[in-house]
Amino acid sequence: MIEKMIKEVKFSLFSPEMIRKMSAAKITVPDTYNEDGYPIDGGLVDQRMGVTDPGLKCKTCGGKIRTCPGHFTHIELVRPVIHPEFSKVIYILIKSTCRSCKRVLVSKKQIDSITQALTQEEMVEEILEKTKKVSVCPYCGEKQPEIKLEKPTTFYEAARMLLPTEIQDSLSKIPDDDLRLLGLDPQFAKPAWMVLTALIVPPVTVRPSITLETGERSEDDLTHKLVDIMRINQRLEANINAGAPQLIIEDLWELLQYHVTTYFNNETANIPPARHRSGRPLKTLSQRLKGKEGRFRYNLSGKRVNFSARTVISPDPNISINDVGVPQKIAEELTVPIRVTDWNLEQCKKLILSNDHPQVVYVIRPDGKRKKITDKGKEEIIQSLTPGFMIERQLTDGDVVLFNRQPSLHRISIMAHTARILPGKSFRLNLIVTNPYNADFDGDEMNLHVPQTEEARVEAEVLMKVEDQIISPRHGHSIIRPQEDYVSGVYFLTKKDSKFTKAEACQMLSIAGITRLPKADRGDKYSGRLLFSQLLPKTLNLSIKSKLGEEIVIKNGELLSGTIESKAFESEIVEKILHESGSENARKFLDTATRLALFVITRHGFSVDLSNYALPKDALEKISHVQKNSKREVDSLVLQYKHKTLQRLPGRTFRETLEEKSMEVLAKSRDLCGKVVAEYFGMENTSIIMATIGARGSLLNAIQMSGLVAQQAVRGKRISRGYRNRTLPHFRKGDLGAEARGFVISSFRQGLTPVEYFFHSMGGRESLVNTAIRTARSGYMQRRLINALQDMVTHKDLSVRDARGIILQFKYGGDGLDPMKVIAKGEAVAGPERE
Amino acid sequence: MAKQTSDEKMRIIPGEAVGIVAAQSIGEPGTQMTMRTFHYAGVAEQVPTGLPRLIEIVDARRTPKKPMMDVSLDKDHAKDEKKASIVADEIEEITLVKISSIEEDFSKKLIHIKIDKRLLSDERLDIEEIRKKIKATGAERVELNGTVFTVKPKGDTLRSIRRVTNKIKELRLKGTKGISRSVVLKDKNELFVRTGGSNMIEVMNWPGVDSSRCYTNDIKEIEKVLGIEAARNAIIREVNQVLDMQNLDVDIRHIMLLADAMCMDGEVKSVGRHGLSGEKAGILARAAFEETIKHLITAAVKGEVDQLIGVTENIIIGQIVPLGTGLVNLKMKRLDKLIKAKSE
Repeated sequence: MIEKMIKEVKFSLFSPEMIRKMSAAKITVPDTYNEDGYPIDGGLVDQRMGVTDPGLKCKTCGGKIRTCPGHFTHIELVRPVIHPEFSKVIYILIKSTCRSCKRVLVSKKQIDSITQALTQEEMVEEILEKTKKVSVCPYCGEKQPEIKLEKPTTFYEAARMLLPTEIQDSLSKIPDDDLRLLGLDPQFAKPAWMVLTALIVPPVTVRPSITLETGERSEDDLTHKLVDIMRINQRLEANINAGAPQLIIEDLWELLQYHVTTYFNNETANIPPARHRSGRPLKTLSQRLKGKEGRFRYNLSGKRVNFSARTVISPDPNISINDVGVPQKIAEELTVPIRVTDWNLEQCKKLILSNDHPQVVYVIRPDGKRKKITDKGKEEIIQSLTPGFMIERQLTDGDVVLFNRQPSLHRISIMAHTARILPGKSFRLNLIVTNPYNADFDGDEMNLHVPQTEEARVEAEVLMKVEDQIISPRHGHSIIRPQEDYVSGVYFLTKKDSKFTKAEACQMLSIAGITRLPKADRGDKYSGRLLFSQLLPKTLNLSIKSKLGEEIVIKNGELLSGTIESKAFESEIVEKILHESGSENARKFLDTATRLALFVITRHGFSVDLSNYALPKDALEKISHVQKNSKREVDSLVLQYKHKTLQRLPGRTFRETLEEKSMEVLAKSRDLCGKVVAEYFGMENTSIIMATIGARGSLLNAIQMSGLVAQQAVRGKRISRGYRNRTLPHFRKGDLGAEARGFVISSFRQGLTPVEYFFHSMGGRESLVNTAIRTARSGYMQRRLINALQDMVTHKDLSVRDARGIILQFKYGGDGLDPMKVIAKGEAVAGPERE
Repeated sequence: MAKQTSDEKMRIIPGEAVGIVAAQSIGEPGTQMTMRTFHYAGVAEQVPTGLPRLIEIVDARRTPKKPMMDVSLDKDHAKDEKKASIVADEIEEITLVKISSIEEDFSKKLIHIKIDKRLLSDERLDIEEIRKKIKATGAERVELNGTVFTVKPKGDTLRSIRRVTNKIKELRLKGTKGISRSVVLKDKNELFVRTGGSNMIEVMNWPGVDSSRCYTNDIKEIEKVLGIEAARNAIIREVNQVLDMQNLDVDIRHIMLLADAMCMDGEVKSVGRHGLSGEKAGILARAAFEETIKHLITAAVKGEVDQLIGVTENIIIGQIVPLGTGLVNLKMKRLDKLIKAKSE
């Protein structure tokens, strides 16, 4: 139960008084450890600010390494310096106030009219705008000198440099009411505090030193910087006390300013970054927070977790889509907390005593003390076990776990599975959940998380279970779908003439977990369609047109006609079952049908070899004839172009017209060759089977392998780069013909000529480069989209509101329907126009 | 299935994080999109499609890389090929440089403009008109010799000559500003004009144009001319078109949500640090997105308070996020307190 909640976080500035008040010590020595390796008192690792060495105790709170949170200390700066991050604010303040009376350079009358008419933000803008034009103070009549800011921290009045002390003085004299007009909160952010007199020093826990193998100590970058600041600070003090000339003092002052500036931000513009001895720029405060690896994005928006595991994934077609195979070794490491109650007390005791797999690793007493279970201590613990205890048990079969693969591009990249402890060292998952994770098994690794509270477990199971994610929220169609070999398998299973003996039928049905054998329908044999029908719910009725041009008819859960192909198997049947009979039945169908399909395709055998792509002689002749024709056509186009008789297309130059037309001709020639290929290859060709039933590949793949590879393109155009006026030295200058511009006549089976191979590689490289660029760009776009939309949520009245409660849509999507649940697209979808 | 019950079944659940789902649904297929540019018949080549175009829409740029218009014609012109092509021709902006070659003679401080006679008559332009227009650009003296203008610019410096040349080059002789090309195309049963470049107000008022059916792919321009609701619909239409072209199936509700978010404040705002994300309520959320230091500093100066109402803020401080089950509160009476109250 949540006891306390943070309601709000207020941001403000530290005043020097506050810094001194909360400081545990004043730093006086610009050094860290003495010769004995012991922290120096008043040094930068003073023990009053906490400890990082084991064995030492904090002198402020008495805590040790993990118990003392660390305490802030401070440095008294001899001369004030400007906080570099506030220099812009200071600049605005000085510029918009009178140099003499320190009032805002806007007359009382104007202020009144502005404050009455405008909101807070508009007011600040308007006032700043007004002050820009003023050259004489409306209150004291003083002429205003020009103020300049030389980045990062030097101010000039006319041509005279302003010292930080002067700036501090001016800032402190601006009246509170005027500060409010300029958008400041005078109670929490007095501008004088932006000039530092006391520098807050973070505790050592923030900047722990590391001990190298050699026993040498290496200090944190921040400590280095603080030592620098201290050193200059002391030198400045010594010089002032010795009455050194103003020039030297100012030089040192400036140096102190430099160190303070780089201490806050080592990437400040216009100043060289402070460097480590090795030449590496120091990582100071600003760098710690900023960017992808900064505190915010790396540690606050994303956190490291316990109770998680990661390993390589491998396929397992025999487990359910809800399952995940967890290696024994991982299961022994991960634990699940269980609360001991009156009702499970005995079971818990038994579990503690058990020496087999789900062992209890820890017992947590009601007072929060954690006890490790040892063989000896078991009896004793059982004696004291009462309701209110918690036990931590190893992960076992049936536990709910979250499974995730990065990049997590959509919510179905994390789903809840049921753990199944299996031998081996890899996570195993059913092949059809590969799709939402976008996983394959070429070395992919995935993460697994064990929810640790009852609420988390329930939420995972109710909201994130795999079977509830079969439909993608993106488009409302199945995303967990049987693909490739499963489609081929089901195709062979439900082909019209497929028959199975009784023995086969029994085996197949038992694989699918069906124990009742239907009556044989093909003499003493069983048709594949009959067996497939056993998996369908008895209420299923469906009639769709298949990719093979047949009518697939399912009546009362019986496949009456049609061979199942990808469209039916992957989405139509699954979605229909899901919408009518619920996700559990859809999952059962997927689990069993895929197993059945796999059995069939394994028995049937399904493969391709070179002979699949061998065309008979006359076909090859036809293809080369087509090619010759189109080559001639291109040549004649080129001739027309050279003789300037080419008919120009509207809005194109002659050259563009030529390119367009020849691309057209060559594309046509590829299509014609495709027709020839299709003509000679029929459904006896496994490659064609795969393409037509939608299992894998397309006709184009077959054409490229057996017929010709056709035009290669770079930037969507024929290849035109390379040497002067030609692509390669193998061609004449100015050759615009088909082959000279990347038309590949050979097929993959025949093999490409070196020139063709080169052109093909050009196209290949472009697509590789594009993929790399695309992932980066789309990743950033998605990050922005999510950041912009993450607070939008539906409320009880189905309105969509952002975090502030501002209404975005009165009814989600105009109709209040969930894209995931909408059946029959088009019917329920409202157009973009609002009601 | 009865309509009522099926509607109830399909209803969205309160608390659903529809924003995140929409962002993921639009963002996830980004990796599958091509970066190719697309050829629009005649007008502009290399119109960005796919991912670059999607980013352009989401960024709410002032002008798209390749602005384009589809202009429907009124009844009179829509069926008649000749009339339609006249409209197309007239709409197209003809600048002087398009029909002439311009040379500067720095030694004599003159500009020579040689006009292509054929193009001149093609575009039905009057050479005297041109002369007047050249004169107005800041020429001291304009001489016409056959088809060659000799211009003496005001001022002697090379820079002032160059300035006048540039002005002359861009001198609009006729047509609409910004429309660089136009072609008549045929829709299912009527003719329409597709233009490269966009200028909605002028084109809408052009004679022969059906002003109620003018479309440009410049969303900011639509916002300016037709208002925010039109801009919202344009965003939906453009995003949809990009996704359709790539054969990517994304439910329209996700796109609508994006468009509504972008138009929420009455003006089209970009998705990113200068738009929606930069104006979010939470300081911590803004700091976690981009420009971390800037947001922290301004918050401190203004003494701002983060009310922790957003998702990121609550993740940062380790509390439950206000989405889904985290949006529901449970109020209950503590039994021990009740007993205590009774006994007192």
